[in-house]
Amino acid sequence: MTPRRVLALFLCLVALAPLVLSEFYVTLLNYIGLSALVALGLVLLTGVGGLTSFGQAAFVGLGAYTSAYLATVFALSPWLTLAAGMVVTAVVALLLGWMTLRLSGHYLPLGTIAWGISLYFLFGNLEFLGGHTGLGGIPVVSLLGFELKDGRDFYFLIWVVLLGAVWLTQNLLDSREGRAIRALKGGVLMAEAMGVDTARSKIVIFLIAALFASVSGWLYVHLQRFVNPTPFGLHIGIEYLFMAVVGGAASVWGAVVGAGVITVLKQWLQDLLPQLFGASGNFEVIVFGVLMVVVLQRAREGLWPMLSQWMPVHSSRRQVPIADFLNKQCSFGGSELILEVRDVTKRFGGLMANNQMSLSVRAGEVMALIGPNGAGKSTMFNCISGVDGPTSGDVFFRGVSIVGLDARRIARRGMSRTFQHVRLLPAMTVIENVAIGAHLRGHRGITASMLHLERAEENSLLAEAARQVERVGLKDFMFEAAGSLALGQQRLLEVARALASNPCLLLLDEPAAGLRYLEKQALAELLRRLRDDGMAILLVEHDMDFVMGLADRVVVMEFGEKIAEGLPEEVQRNPAVLQAYLGGVA
Amino acid sequence: MDLQIALLLGQDGITNGAIYALLSLALVLVFAVTRVIFIPQGEFVAFGALTLASFQAGKTPGTLWLLLGAGFVVAIVDLVVAWRRRKWRRVPAILGWNLVYPALMAGLILSIEPSKWPLLAQISLALALVVPLGPMMYRLAFQPLAEAPVLVLLIVSVAVHLVLVGLGLVFFGAEGSRAASFSDVSLDIGEFSITGQTLAVVLTSGVLIVVLYQFFGRSLYGKALRATAINRTGARLMGISTVMAGKLSFLLAAGIGALSGILIAPITTVYYDTGFLIGLKGFVGAIIGGLASYPVAAVGAVAVGLLESYSSFYASAFKEVIVFTLIIPMLLWRSLTTRHVEEES
Repeated sequence: MTPRRVLALFLCLVALAPLVLSEFYVTLLNYIGLSALVALGLVLLTGVGGLTSFGQAAFVGLGAYTSAYLATVFALSPWLTLAAGMVVTAVVALLLGWMTLRLSGHYLPLGTIAWGISLYFLFGNLEFLGGHTGLGGIPVVSLLGFELKDGRDFYFLIWVVLLGAVWLTQNLLDSREGRAIRALKGGVLMAEAMGVDTARSKIVIFLIAALFASVSGWLYVHLQRFVNPTPFGLHIGIEYLFMAVVGGAASVWGAVVGAGVITVLKQWLQDLLPQLFGASGNFEVIVFGVLMVVVLQRAREGLWPMLSQWMPVHSSRRQVPIADFLNKQCSFGGSELILEVRDVTKRFGGLMANNQMSLSVRAGEVMALIGPNGAGKSTMFNCISGVDGPTSGDVFFRGVSIVGLDARRIARRGMSRTFQHVRLLPAMTVIENVAIGAHLRGHRGITASMLHLERAEENSLLAEAARQVERVGLKDFMFEAAGSLALGQQRLLEVARALASNPCLLLLDEPAAGLRYLEKQALAELLRRLRDDGMAILLVEHDMDFVMGLADRVVVMEFGEKIAEGLPEEVQRNPAVLQAYLGGVA
Repeated sequence: MDLQIALLLGQDGITNGAIYALLSLALVLVFAVTRVIFIPQGEFVAFGALTLASFQAGKTPGTLWLLLGAGFVVAIVDLVVAWRRRKWRRVPAILGWNLVYPALMAGLILSIEPSKWPLLAQISLALALVVPLGPMMYRLAFQPLAEAPVLVLLIVSVAVHLVLVGLGLVFFGAEGSRAASFSDVSLDIGEFSITGQTLAVVLTSGVLIVVLYQFFGRSLYGKALRATAINRTGARLMGISTVMAGKLSFLLAAGIGALSGILIAPITTVYYDTGFLIGLKGFVGAIIGGLASYPVAAVGAVAVGLLESYSSFYASAFKEVIVFTLIIPMLLWRSLTTRHVEEES
């Protein structure tokens, strides 16, 4: 069975379910759909983006209360109040996101707990929202003149919305913007160096997750036709997160599986446990908690990866699309001065990592920066590429000072780099990793990505990435996970990723380390060709054969200072250099 | 608001603040040593208070069953590990701490009537029941995940919190309880009187903070915990067991939590789920201290207590809204002033 058929079968089951199942099971499926929509947002936010939120229930509440209030008090059409609820949620989410998404690491989830509680108490204490008793008499939704009065009618609305949201999310993740979002978990520094605005990506997924929750809230109030604060408390927010984690937060279908498992389990336990304990109460949380601990200890990826092993749903693309060429960011001409570093000093407290360093790189030139370990070469690289600004001095790139600009803005001007300690997204394929490098060469936004209206551009980006993968000799590994490559191949992948941005200046931090002899020769050959095309290349390298055979000019550093500069042969004879490397002239 | 009310509110705020300060210290301690954000702290508060109240009401506290159950599970898990690794020498200690000790406690509590005992003995007995749950919790939930990212530990922490709230409902029921007051003494200064309970709370907190300070500064185990907090791998290479450090920090946190619960038991009615909000307010203090500095956390916690007290006067319905909304600017300030290093997942 092909993945497409599995999906078709699933859709058929969903469509037929209300025709054969009893009222009880239809209601259960309705609740699964409502929860899955919220959990889907969390898959995007937590599973993919690495931002944990315990406060999604509050967004459900915003959508629910806005619609309930406007529809009862002003008798507006539920379709209008849906839009109003989404606007209100978006405004609140942007405000909260602006404040809490800057929170680093574990501060963010703590922040979501805080506003989760805060909004819950607000719903319960505002007079016009009915306080803790709530609001009743909420109008029904009518669709094309047909009133969705009972659960069976509503079922289709809920599941069409949910499946639509799944489709949009899946589309988004399989796009240029999606790669940027997937880089948020563990790859922020790299993504910024490739020109990705990671702060924007965070806000975007936060907003999408909040809107999914808000729509779920709207569906909920018009299904129940009654609202009170209980379903929007922190514990429900925690339950949504459990759904995503138990189901498998890395996949959109994990949200549906998790919502199904937790909702059914909850229903079952709420019947069973009070009988067992002889009292009423939310005893199911005990089981949920234990389940959660066991899942995180034994199967951190959740249930979906286990389930999908038994189903032929792995549909990774194995074909490189044929597409138009991308526009070139840089065109090279003559031997124009590309990079000029003037008197750059970088201090870390009392340590002078770079002292009055100057160097320049021209178009069509390979400049090598060498020196013993700890000489300050990588610090110099970070000063140039904007990872860490210099204490004093100036850096000119294509005639403009770039001191004070962040890595992303510098990347936008046509500089690209590799990292000494390889930084890639190990779970993504080689071609996708390289495509992140081409991020700045695409322009289509989130909406186009969600609707897959950007396929022409996306194909061009992937075709370009594939060209660069072939260029560095990794063609056979195109669709392998990047983490499965050997270290030397991962370095080549970084070179390909940098090339995918079509840079004017390429910064390579020890590109030959870990490469085998033939691979080194191939890399040197590639760099020579790039130079002949007019690219400027600055590289740090310890392998002297590699450097001396390739570089046009060499700068030697020791203890943060420049001790020599010149042609490779000159530098090799320079007494200061011999002193630094060999401890004296033999 | 006149001066009398202002002073009364201030007294309330400082009493609560002292409790929050104790809790925030425990939270900082646990986070520094194990990287666990200790959400279940509040449940220890509730368990401590409810256990004491049960003794006084002449009932068998539910925490006894919890201790017996948790001990049993830990014993099984540890015995399986010992059997797999052929470490038979560990068996007596495993059986002793997890089966014999809870059984002895059960024998003691069921054979005597704690309600007739003096207050201090009741408190000791309550602590002896609740505190061992800390290390047991670490063993079951967190030790297998000791190297996991902070966010995974946080989710586990929330899960454990839910389990304990549910168990609290099972063992203590939905009704709240209140313990008898420690003393009826009150100190009159002009028109204003300070209750004995306030004094007991503030003094105990003060003494405990000094004791903890001495423990971390002077004792070998305190230094071992600090070393683990600064560099886990380094501490390990120096022969400090990270498992020991984890269990010890959970023991201390459980002790602080249970004691806080005992201190507030006479002031307020405690329900099985009361602890959570109290614990979270301790959190706000801990966050103000950046989950790193003990004195700043304590000062922050007292500030939270005062803020809560005064806002309950001006806008009592919105008390929780105000307190928890204020965390956000605090968090914002904290995350802007600390340099974040990307955690490789």
